[in-house]
Amino acid sequence: MSDASINTQAQQGEASFGDYFALLKPRVMSLVVFTAAVGLLAAPGHLHPLVAFCAILFIAVGGGASGALNMWYDSDIDQIMTRTQSRPIPSGKVTREEAFAIGITLSVMAVIMLGLATNWVAAGLLAFTIFFYVVIYTMWLKRWTPQNIVIGGAAGAFPPMIGWAAVTGGISIESVLMFTLIFMWTPPHFWALCLFMKSDYKDAGVPMLHVTHGRAVTRNHILVYTLILAAIAVGMAFTAVGGLIYLTVAVVMNAIFIVGAVSIWRRSDADCEADNHKREKSFFAFSLMYLFLHFGAILAEAALAPYGLGGW
Amino acid sequence: MGFGHEHEIHKRRFGRNVGLALVLAAFVALLMGLTMVKISNGDLAPRPAQESN
Repeated sequence: MSDASINTQAQQGEASFGDYFALLKPRVMSLVVFTAAVGLLAAPGHLHPLVAFCAILFIAVGGGASGALNMWYDSDIDQIMTRTQSRPIPSGKVTREEAFAIGITLSVMAVIMLGLATNWVAAGLLAFTIFFYVVIYTMWLKRWTPQNIVIGGAAGAFPPMIGWAAVTGGISIESVLMFTLIFMWTPPHFWALCLFMKSDYKDAGVPMLHVTHGRAVTRNHILVYTLILAAIAVGMAFTAVGGLIYLTVAVVMNAIFIVGAVSIWRRSDADCEADNHKREKSFFAFSLMYLFLHFGAILAEAALAPYGLGGW
Repeated sequence: MGFGHEHEIHKRRFGRNVGLALVLAAFVALLMGLTMVKISNGDLAPRPAQESN
């Protein structure tokens, strides 16, 4: 056996622990953890700190498991797109079968453990989220319709609802609004990314809106979704999870977001090329802060409520 | 040719085994903690039998 063959085996047959962890999409998981934690902490009621920790952990594991199943199914297109070529399967570190086994095992374990730790409504929502992300989005919508990201975005919107259900055992207008906030935020966030990404999706045959209908239509969609999002985000200030802090954040952030969307809507392809998609990139970066600050404000309202400062 | 203990394959395998062992140990500790919380909260107490008329 030569050194070359040993190295090849080392690269393809022996994945490190980190390679398996990468299957769980840690960056996406951080958003899941944060929004689920906010949903859990803002909900009326009380959970023992260890139970709350377990709930967030199992929601995160469930989200990670769906990420592994997504990588299992999408390994063919992940190989084509530059952004995803370094993922564990296309880079040859982990096999598709391993990813599938890890995804299924962790999915079942996360759902059962969440049910045992909290309640079966939360567990049911987590199971539905995994099903929605893997079957509805990954297997069906992603390669079929340019509205893939709109409907598929629901999967990423469920975590705060699951966190809320872990405490209350049910669904309420507040948890539905938190879901809707992420659901309506996802399209403008993702389409802004698509506008300045090179032709990765086109090469992979994924029918993203800017590939099938062009950039002008995508800009229109960004504006429309941003306007609807603003109404929902500000409206949420007048529910039980809102308050003066949240209202201030929502008004300021949505005003800036709408200005950004209008600015993108007015641009032509030539404008974008001229400044290397500067506004689209800043809109995308701002969208991350937008979501973080909205949920941060909900958290602040919940944290200050016992001192008579949060809420209305 | 034999594999030296310092070969990349062994390092990765060792790291993976240690990682898995830590995850399993943490999971067991978590289960134990969770069970103790549930017991102290009375969540696992047997439900009283319903009286028949």
